[in-house]
Amino acid sequence: MTAMQNNSNIQAADVSMAVEIGALKMKNPMLTASGTFGFGEEFADFIDLERLGGFIVKGTTLEPREGNPYPRMAETPSGMLNAVGLQNKGVDHFISEIYPRLKGLDTNVLVNVSGAKIEDYVAVAEKLSGLERISAIEVNISCPNVKQGGMAFGTTCDGAAAVTAAVRKAWPRTLIVKLSPNVTSIADIARAVEAEGADSVSLINTLMGMAVDVERRRPCLSTVTGGLSGAAVRPVAVRMVWQTAKAVGIPVIGLGGISCGRDAIEFMLAGARAVQIGTANFINPAVTVEAVEWMRQWCVRHGVRDINEIVGEI
Amino acid sequence: MGKKHLLDTVLVENRPLSRRYSMLILQLPDNLDNFEVLPGQFVEVQVADSPQTYLRRPISICDYDSVTRRMTLLIRRAGEGTEHLCNLAEGSVINIVGPLGNGFSVPGPGKEALLVGGGIGVAPLMYLGKCMAAAGARPVFLLAARTESELLLLDEFRAIGDLRLATDDGTAGEQGYAADHTALSRRYDLVCCCGPKPMMLGVARKAAATGSPCEVSLENLMACGLGACLCCVEPTLKGNLRACVDGPVFNTELLLWDLK
Repeated sequence: MTAMQNNSNIQAADVSMAVEIGALKMKNPMLTASGTFGFGEEFADFIDLERLGGFIVKGTTLEPREGNPYPRMAETPSGMLNAVGLQNKGVDHFISEIYPRLKGLDTNVLVNVSGAKIEDYVAVAEKLSGLERISAIEVNISCPNVKQGGMAFGTTCDGAAAVTAAVRKAWPRTLIVKLSPNVTSIADIARAVEAEGADSVSLINTLMGMAVDVERRRPCLSTVTGGLSGAAVRPVAVRMVWQTAKAVGIPVIGLGGISCGRDAIEFMLAGARAVQIGTANFINPAVTVEAVEWMRQWCVRHGVRDINEIVGEI
Repeated sequence: MGKKHLLDTVLVENRPLSRRYSMLILQLPDNLDNFEVLPGQFVEVQVADSPQTYLRRPISICDYDSVTRRMTLLIRRAGEGTEHLCNLAEGSVINIVGPLGNGFSVPGPGKEALLVGGGIGVAPLMYLGKCMAAAGARPVFLLAARTESELLLLDEFRAIGDLRLATDDGTAGEQGYAADHTALSRRYDLVCCCGPKPMMLGVARKAAATGSPCEVSLENLMACGLGACLCCVEPTLKGNLRACVDGPVFNTELLLWDLK
């Protein structure tokens, strides 16, 4: 297919936007990135959550966590650094207080699972497995902001494989593993988690970065280093999605600086079956549904009847 | 509380108040569903496409007229984003998200409140004072700045309530910091404060010493403004709370500030 092909026979209503990630069926490829979308409710004044393929709630750990000290963010060119450090009220709070409010939604609710020890990941997965409307979990082996926030697991093939194998035994539904870009070969890590039964990989988590306040002569973040996100990281993420999609057979979920429908299509052409929007939610809280509509119109313009046709075209 | 909105507004007036401050008046669209402004709330303002101003700027709502649907913002030229906003031509479109956050308490009829503002921190006190006056309470303003020329909107504040002034150089009102002003030497039904952290801490200590309940508006660095990113947290007796949705207004009894 040529880029400018325009099949005028296709109407927007004819385009199939549905995608599948393992057993997870989504009405369109649009997810939200964990940690940027709260529990979804924070965005309900701006968008109809049921128009999303799904949303991924804030990183959840076995015990409550207060996170890192303030300051936790710094604006950088076309992006931001964060060092939130997995602040959350713990999985039991999610189950008793949050889940009852979300379980009636006609969209997929995914939980991002973090931990400091393999047993913690397993314990959270076991607790969540009783919630039938949680259709998938995303295992975070890539948080750069906690000393043992998973990135230790995510930066070696053995560590990534060990977490995946353990959680696989505890979690019966779709298992997504979120990969760190702070590695030499992300494709090797992806192959390692695929071999242990992951249904999908999502990438990229934030890139380790740092910023200094030159007037105060101090780091901008309390933790000195933090995770870079936003449009600035997008070309790095597209490259890693492309490399990973070539290396594994399981579907790849692409994220990293996606700010509009155009960017989402770029990731899908590079090999992503689904996408997540993260930091751009802070700038335009309606960006997700606007992007889905743009993608649908792109399909009309390009004569694409099923969005799955374009995945990995590059 | 009303809904949060994502809106294109039109800049109908851009009035420079001094070398460092501008007042922007935004015309909001018609037919807004469930749009309600509480005193102390803010909006997240988008700054057009510069790589250096990627995130929105949280700006206090200085005033709002629900009949004309006009919103007033005060902007201090603090960096590239606010500089850009201060230089916008009338007729420009400004995209906002809001109203966001909680608000100050509004005491009832006959109650007396001291509203203390320093620098750009005077902004939320205008609408707050109007709401208090409308509720039958008596607002007294204590406004502080480095020098007389940086005291903003004095006639407008004087039209709402009594006015006390403090300047670092003594060019207007009492010389010295707001926290050292004689207006703070007695009890009020409520003290509300917005300004630099050292000023708010000083005012909170004086309020504690006179037995006055005290609410402060925090300016923690913020990304989303919606409670999602957890960047703007403030340590409190209830753990880390989000300045954007649990605040920006906090009763100082909840904060871990040393009020002695």
